[in-house]
Amino acid sequence: MTIQANPPAGSEVERTDLVTVTIDDVEVKVPKNTLAIRAAEQIGVQIPRFCDHPLLDPVAACRQCLVEVVDAGNGRGMPKPQTSCSLTVADGMVIRTQISSPVADKAQQGQMEFLLINHPLDCPVCDKGGECPLQNQAMTNGRGESRFEGVKRTYPKPINISAQVLLDRERCVLCARCTRFSQQIAGDPFIELLERGALQQVGIYEKEPYESYFSGNAIQICPVGALTSAAYRFRSRPFDLVSVPSVAEHDASGSAIRVDYRRGKVMRRLAGDDAEVNEEWISDRDRFAFNYANTGDRLTHPLIREDGELRAASWPEALTFAAQKLTAAKGNAAVLTGGRLTLEDAYAYSKFARVALGTNDIDFRARPHSPEEADFLAAAVAGTGLGTTFADLEKAGSVLLVGFEPEEESPAVFLRLRKGVRKIGTKVFTVAPYASRGVEKLSGVVVQCSPGTEAAVLGDLRTTGEGGAAAQAALGSDSIIIVGERLATVQGGYSAALRLALDTGAQLVWIPRRAGDRGALEAGCLPGLLPGGRLVTDAAARVDLQAAWGVEHLPGTIGKDTDEIIAAAGSLQALVVAGVEIDDLPNPAAALAALAAAPFVVSFEVRNSQVTEHADVIFPVVPPAEKDGTFVNWEGRERPFPVVLKMPAAMPDVRALAALAQEMDSSLGFSTPAGAKKEFDELGRWDGDRAGEPTYQAGPALGAFDSTRLATWRMLIDDSRGNDGEPHLVATARRPVARISQTTAHRVGVHDGDELVVSTDAGSIRLPVAITVMTDNVVWLPANSADSHVRRSLHADHGSIVTIAGGNS
Amino acid sequence: MLTPVLSDNWDQIRSWQLASYQRSGGYDALRTALRMLPADVVTAVKDSGLRGRGGAGFPTGMKWSFIPQDNPKPKYLVVNADESEPGTCKDIPLMLASPHTLVEGVIISAYAIRANTAFIYVRGEVLHVIRRLQQAVVEAREAGFLGTNILGTGYDLDVIVHAGAGAYICGEETALLDSLEGRRGQPRLRPPFPAVAGLYGCPTVINNVESIASVPSIINNGADWFGSMGTEKSKGPTLYSLSGHVTRPGQYEAPMGITLRQLLELAGGIRDGHELKFWTPGGSSTPLLTAEHLDVPLDYEGVAGAGSLLGTKALQIFDETTCPVRATLRWTEFYKHESCGKCTPCREGTWWLVQILERLEAGQGDESDLEKLLDLSDNITGRSFCALADGATAPITSSIQHFKDDYLAHFTNGGCPFDPMLSTVFATAGATA
Repeated sequence: MTIQANPPAGSEVERTDLVTVTIDDVEVKVPKNTLAIRAAEQIGVQIPRFCDHPLLDPVAACRQCLVEVVDAGNGRGMPKPQTSCSLTVADGMVIRTQISSPVADKAQQGQMEFLLINHPLDCPVCDKGGECPLQNQAMTNGRGESRFEGVKRTYPKPINISAQVLLDRERCVLCARCTRFSQQIAGDPFIELLERGALQQVGIYEKEPYESYFSGNAIQICPVGALTSAAYRFRSRPFDLVSVPSVAEHDASGSAIRVDYRRGKVMRRLAGDDAEVNEEWISDRDRFAFNYANTGDRLTHPLIREDGELRAASWPEALTFAAQKLTAAKGNAAVLTGGRLTLEDAYAYSKFARVALGTNDIDFRARPHSPEEADFLAAAVAGTGLGTTFADLEKAGSVLLVGFEPEEESPAVFLRLRKGVRKIGTKVFTVAPYASRGVEKLSGVVVQCSPGTEAAVLGDLRTTGEGGAAAQAALGSDSIIIVGERLATVQGGYSAALRLALDTGAQLVWIPRRAGDRGALEAGCLPGLLPGGRLVTDAAARVDLQAAWGVEHLPGTIGKDTDEIIAAAGSLQALVVAGVEIDDLPNPAAALAALAAAPFVVSFEVRNSQVTEHADVIFPVVPPAEKDGTFVNWEGRERPFPVVLKMPAAMPDVRALAALAQEMDSSLGFSTPAGAKKEFDELGRWDGDRAGEPTYQAGPALGAFDSTRLATWRMLIDDSRGNDGEPHLVATARRPVARISQTTAHRVGVHDGDELVVSTDAGSIRLPVAITVMTDNVVWLPANSADSHVRRSLHADHGSIVTIAGGNS
Repeated sequence: MLTPVLSDNWDQIRSWQLASYQRSGGYDALRTALRMLPADVVTAVKDSGLRGRGGAGFPTGMKWSFIPQDNPKPKYLVVNADESEPGTCKDIPLMLASPHTLVEGVIISAYAIRANTAFIYVRGEVLHVIRRLQQAVVEAREAGFLGTNILGTGYDLDVIVHAGAGAYICGEETALLDSLEGRRGQPRLRPPFPAVAGLYGCPTVINNVESIASVPSIINNGADWFGSMGTEKSKGPTLYSLSGHVTRPGQYEAPMGITLRQLLELAGGIRDGHELKFWTPGGSSTPLLTAEHLDVPLDYEGVAGAGSLLGTKALQIFDETTCPVRATLRWTEFYKHESCGKCTPCREGTWWLVQILERLEAGQGDESDLEKLLDLSDNITGRSFCALADGATAPITSSIQHFKDDYLAHFTNGGCPFDPMLSTVFATAGATA
């Protein structure tokens, strides 16, 4: 029998690179340098293993995967059994596994017996029991009875290695998966093996906490129950759980996850396995932050404001009430949507705004934004389908980051970049005031840039210090320029990035922060953009859409964006808001005033929020776990997910909006996410004229020399409401600090660790100073962390001018 | 019968100082070598037939020739002076008595492989040796044998004496490299081999102290002279270290292939009134031999033919007062203590073996425990990451092979039948078991 191994989907294996090996008398052709353990998998032979992991470098420490090499390919056998996890196959090699070799079988049984002598065998109380590689492989490849009659090694249990991760040392088989993951994949080498012999153990460095955004992966790949999370420890048994594959909703990567629930409650989330997207890793936020909808502020029934007070209402009453007001407001209403929406939801809002409300006043950008950004998105992103991919990131020769912090904003992107850096030496450059920890882990080079001057820097990279010159030299057709949503605060930023990409031949990719953003863009939740990349101003596109939607007229003038809607709220007759957090908006105080000024506010929300406090009608909708839908990730890849918790009365945004439209004597033409998706797919991407690329000029030069510019971005784990209900996760957040350079500190008269006051007319923020190698006259603050809520406290943003002073002055 | 070469100057006054070393011809070989092409030095060592004296016996010249000279990275020479094997005591006396022999050897060897930095990794516990080595390096540098433009030849070399921190595993060459780089000493996965990617990922030669110290004599006297001593495949003189129940323990430098019978004659025989019971040919990790192996030639092939290993030629001699179970337990405790913990069979296996042997020594076992010991040893030997665990099982399997009756006597006796006092040096002369 000969088997031709199928290469992993999407990868191109050189056919000439195949070698033929014989495993358990079965011939198999595999690419050169394949590990024997992988080659055996190709013919369906599972060699037991603990330390081996396909995404980690081999270590050959557990010795469980020993096989007999009868012929090393040179006619001679190997005298000792070999670890198949570290043995690369050679042409003509003959390998015998436990299936056909008594030597391999005895060797494996022997190792299993050794592993179990110091293992507590407390499976009945261990979280891993039932899904434990040690348990499973002890059954398949171990002895029924132990010959060990001695004393087991014991430890006090458990110990915290971080706020979230707990370690039961006596269960550990010392496979070093967790330490290798932290070192190789995450770049956070703050857990390591300590001591020696049987007392070897995983430990933390006393001076450096195990702070990693990826620590949950170490828990997941632990082949025993040694690592557990504070969130899930002792919560349930694997065999009581129902698993549903899903997609994470906390960033724009669309990471595959597995959601495990029991009796109507999500118990945990695990990383899914998607080689094209997140491989087998997810961030701790994607893993642990799923309780936000169960913290006591969940909306369970519609509410109507009557005499200034909210009261419970039935769906029909609330729908009728809202429909009356909205029908009256037709042509003078606006829609604000936020980042939690799926593609289907966004499409429903987009169509609702145009068809039921007769307006293009719709914007998904519940964050700082600009008309230039809208032009950029229309020209370069919307309706372009799958563009630059994760796989491209891994293969890029160089990557330039502009207004984008991969580890904080899109951890899966960070991991892929790091993989490229480790495997092929991808050079990473970042246009930023300093090298964040994430950038340091990418061995990134900083192109020094004061916030707000990114456009000027991109326009003249060559002369922007050593970093700029190096970046300019490295950029070419194998490069990728990644722009983040923060660039919207910089006049001319996107235009400059487009020009740079054109000049250098580099790919340009936009990576937003929120899961719903790309989908909302595709669905046309922008004042100038209709679904599928159709331009509002393009009559042909409108006609196409009118025909598809069966309506006679669609508004043909560009609507208001988020800022304009907020500014005009008082003169609008109605405002529909869905999934918007006020503190995410550029000026939260102005937004609250707008909500107060708007005559009629309809809110579609999962939980109580600052919007619902001002709403006149509130429709309770469901979080992702209770609906199906699709997130479109930054690649433009559709990431559909099914319902996890089937709730009979669940109202996804789509369904609620459809009911509202119907009540308004209009129709969306669908009432389920599946229906919305079907219509969206049939509509297709616009193949007519596209918008021209924006050519905004860079903003004016910096102000007075001694003025201080604010640099700010959000941390992955911060005061986001998405983290509510998971205190252990929040406890792993990085400690908020204010970063300034030595020179700036000297000017202000503060030292490392002193308190710094950052203020604007709106207010101030006090944080300890961290002196950082960075651009002078810049202060960096975390945008939404404890004691540092930049937008709420300062009404300021990236590039704003602020005042800094020592805390005691 | 003795052929003092390395040990020739050990009885000189202040033999560890440069002046004394030079009086007995020290650093002449260096001058000769620096006039040769590096490749010719490699050839000379190859031709001499010198094999690694650290235990494995790999031909030294061949090891040097594996260094890829087209690799643009720096090359390193690392001397393994982490002598920690129970019973082994040749490198430390050598470095104590004549550190310059090693330093001269280092310079010639580094020149041969075109290294400009060499490291001597010394066992951390031997502070007196570290001091003498450091002093020797200082003296050599002041004399112009180290530093830049050595003896006007344009060749530069720096030698760094690095003290280990007390882990037996760091004698394993890749663990030594990790330790030298400042990491925890644990063996590395091979390939890549150190010759290709060793210290700091650069081509590296790692040699035992005695191997490197033998190089000056080869350069001075020629490969033929070296090859005139020893046996066909194991050439040259070498240090045999006798310890234990022997009248005059110490280092005996003799040609490869001498027998224990001859060595015992030189050392005044087994201590008075006693007879040989068992011995290790090369430290505790080589299987035990007995009186029937007295005439085995002590070279690589001869000892291998007797079912053991030449190892470091550390002959630990035990007379009939010694309990082999007790000796085996002590050795096993050592390996348990020194197991680095990286791989399962060594880490868990030694933990288990000690517990069984403790029980057996206390007389709480039966014959099935011996089968278990042998079976566990079979699951450890050749299954572990490095050779440490192979060494750990050697005393167990060989002591059961040769002294099964002594084990069984423990079971019938309900404890150890030997009087441990009788095996001590302070035991009454002529005492019997």
